[in-house]
Amino acid sequence: MFDRARQHFAALSTRAGFHSLRLVRQTGEHCMLRRGIAEPPSLTQDMGAMLSVRLDGVEAYAATSDLSLAGLQGALDSAEALARRIAAHGLVDLRGLEPPTGHARYESPGLHGPFPGLAERFALLAEVSASVPADSRLVNWVVYLDQQRHEQLYLNSAGAEQWQALRFVYPGISVTAFDGSDSQTRSFGGFGSGQQGGAEVMARLGFAGAASRVADEALQLLLAPNAPSGATDLLLMPDQMMLQIHESIGHPLELDRILGDERNYAGTSFIGLEDFGRYQYGSPLLNISFDPGIPEELASYGHDDEGQPAQKEFLIRDGLLLRPLGGALSQWRSGLPGVANSRACNWNRPPIDRMANLNLEPGDRTMAQLVGGIERGILMSSNRSWSIDDARNKFQFGCEWGRLIEDGELKGVVKNPNYRGVSANFWRSLAAVGDASTFEVHGTPYCGKGEPNQVVRVGHASPACVFRQVEVFGGAA
Amino acid sequence: MADAESLFAALAEDVRAALGEGEAFTLWYSAEASEFIRFNRARVRQAGQVRQATVSLKLVRDGRHADIGIALSGEPATDRQRLADGLLQLREAIAQLQPDPYLLLERDPWQRVLANAAAPPDSSEVLAQIEAAAHGLDLVGIYAAGPLYRGFANSFGAFGWHAAQGFHLDWSLFHANGQAVKADYAGARWDAAEFASRFADARQQLEHLGQPQRVLSPGDYRAYLTPAALEEVVGMLSWGGFSARALAQKESPLQRLYDGGSRLSRLLDLDERASGMLAPAFGPEGIPRSDVTLVSAGQPAGRLVYPRSAREYDLAANCASAREMPLSLAMGAGELAQADVLAALGTGLYIGNLWYLNWSDAPAGRMTGMTRFATFWVEDGRIQAPLGTMRFDDSIYSFLGEHLEALTSERQLRVSSSTYGERQTDSALLPGALTGKLTLTL
Repeated sequence: MFDRARQHFAALSTRAGFHSLRLVRQTGEHCMLRRGIAEPPSLTQDMGAMLSVRLDGVEAYAATSDLSLAGLQGALDSAEALARRIAAHGLVDLRGLEPPTGHARYESPGLHGPFPGLAERFALLAEVSASVPADSRLVNWVVYLDQQRHEQLYLNSAGAEQWQALRFVYPGISVTAFDGSDSQTRSFGGFGSGQQGGAEVMARLGFAGAASRVADEALQLLLAPNAPSGATDLLLMPDQMMLQIHESIGHPLELDRILGDERNYAGTSFIGLEDFGRYQYGSPLLNISFDPGIPEELASYGHDDEGQPAQKEFLIRDGLLLRPLGGALSQWRSGLPGVANSRACNWNRPPIDRMANLNLEPGDRTMAQLVGGIERGILMSSNRSWSIDDARNKFQFGCEWGRLIEDGELKGVVKNPNYRGVSANFWRSLAAVGDASTFEVHGTPYCGKGEPNQVVRVGHASPACVFRQVEVFGGAA
Repeated sequence: MADAESLFAALAEDVRAALGEGEAFTLWYSAEASEFIRFNRARVRQAGQVRQATVSLKLVRDGRHADIGIALSGEPATDRQRLADGLLQLREAIAQLQPDPYLLLERDPWQRVLANAAAPPDSSEVLAQIEAAAHGLDLVGIYAAGPLYRGFANSFGAFGWHAAQGFHLDWSLFHANGQAVKADYAGARWDAAEFASRFADARQQLEHLGQPQRVLSPGDYRAYLTPAALEEVVGMLSWGGFSARALAQKESPLQRLYDGGSRLSRLLDLDERASGMLAPAFGPEGIPRSDVTLVSAGQPAGRLVYPRSAREYDLAANCASAREMPLSLAMGAGELAQADVLAALGTGLYIGNLWYLNWSDAPAGRMTGMTRFATFWVEDGRIQAPLGTMRFDDSIYSFLGEHLEALTSERQLRVSSSTYGERQTDSALLPGALTGKLTLTL
């Protein structure tokens, strides 16, 4: 299919000064057991292409699942005709924007390694499910394993040719306990902790042995008191840091939001163009990188979906805001440096500025030192609720799991731990950053944005972190 | 895609002919030919066309079953081969599976065909009207238009076809101070006068946003939620709230309502509507949709039951899809005339839209979210000032329970503008809601 597309691309004709093709094939397999019973597996086979043209300073696209020469030529003609129709109405004049020309190949680690067949996968899931203990309070438990493959060929009329083949693995567990009034759910992995790779992802995450612990923790939560209310120190574990970074650093730094493209849907940003190079985003302990170089992280790739080579860049160093999350077009529009983050969810949606791997760099404290440095506080882990305003400033997040911290020691479990704050202040309260021993790689395939709407995979790796005097509270129950 | 129905019918016949002894199938078809024009500062930011078609094929044999989603090319011979390959994959898959104890297939050979043959709007003309109306204004949003197709067929002779032309302009007007008003216009036929009227309404609201912003302290306030704001709240309830499976697993955010521990206001009636809305009259699982009363006078009255849930929990299946979410939710109208809303509110918040809702304590029905777009401070029945974004955190059993004072007598059809994966056909028919207490926290 991809070789034929190369031949077809060479045979396409257009009067546009620049054109490109992005051909995508996505396959997936979803396997799940609920309460020990297998649900029917769900497979996907998706493929299609997006043809884009630049003409008279504007760009237009046409996407099609007809990959014949006639189908691709028809899409190219449609894109060209649309570009002519909108030429007098364009927001941005693209004349002078240099197209990418690079040749490259990129593959996920372990892409060609063996992966369990369907029967083996269900046997593994049955084994994991069976390790949930028998307890009448455990009313639901789900174990699942998703495998998704993404292959993409990008070609353009300036000579670029880039091939990427990626595999994503999502092993997950969720257990719900119920006492007749309250219910508490504890989870593991899944769509908050996917990674690139093969079967080794399951071993790396400890999937096979996790279910009994998850079930035990769900039961502990059922017996636990609500989290306390008030201002206190907060220790966030990496699986919650992921969400904190995503919502209150990642989204506000997306350059297309700052340029106003997303104001009708995903929102705007409390950050302005003038803030880069000047704004103290957080305490001096805050170092945030765009890093496509951690192979197992969900959004590691060689080039973005408009052909720009991806490399590690610091967005925030020592707390100072340096550069936004903006691809080549947004860099052109704003005059700011950016990163290779122009990404599309599939062949039927155009690339826009997206997060990719956005990580918080490790500090120098062990877990024991992080806990030991807190006189009164609370540890929170595993996101379950997220809400933030459209400028990405006022937020409220909730977690599945909480532990009190008193005099430098972990104490009892608390349920319904929530906290709220304001991005512009929150990161300045960052008081301690865990070292590499606390650093974990997480990621989700469900970051939504854009008109038309798109969900993309994003990765977030972080150590555990301590924040001073954050407003926390528990549930109503 | 002019002959999409015959293409789909031919594919269904191909699958039927390819079945082996003891095999059964279901086939769901979803396609669209869409034009998307995205605006920023009243200019075109991004524009494109998308032609896509997918099928979801289920193969059943000896109580075992598996599904595959396949992208179609639109070229019959290619698609016939893709389906044949998919069928082989499914045969290999189900050979490795155990029988599903909860499999329940719809065997009624129903027929439903609905085709709306309206001509698509001329996007050049629409573009000209939008630019003319927005001249000198900061408009941002998206125009999506084109035909949508949904189809269903199975081994037992059921056949459904739904073809509809539609457009949806979803836009905001921004004031220089960063405040904004949101509006939309959706339908089958573009009417220039109707668009102009809606645009003028939005422009009028924009003028209120130029006044100095009022800052509120956290606390309890009277509040009026427009239908657009209420749509966000019922959207949260729809995620598992009425699901038979979620209720059985004690994971529904309306668990305490259905278990009898909590009550919503007697003013609240909620129904899933099978007709008179926008979604097809049948779902991907091949079940003709029917009306289901979900909440009656604040009391639980029904739940959405997918066939697999029906088998598992010994319930009667109804129109539900696999996710057991409402597709066409209707809330009963109240008695408060729209014209009297500000007077009835007296002093409090007029909330134009809500944003980014989530649960802060789901079992307790406690949710949080932000105000967004035209939200005003009202005193003595008169709009005083726009409000900055505020966070609320409150229980539905409070602001839609004991403190719900009135629903408007006029209702608004809220058409989904969602385009995740494909353009959606969900909608909700909703009044506005006046509540005596909504808790703001940040």
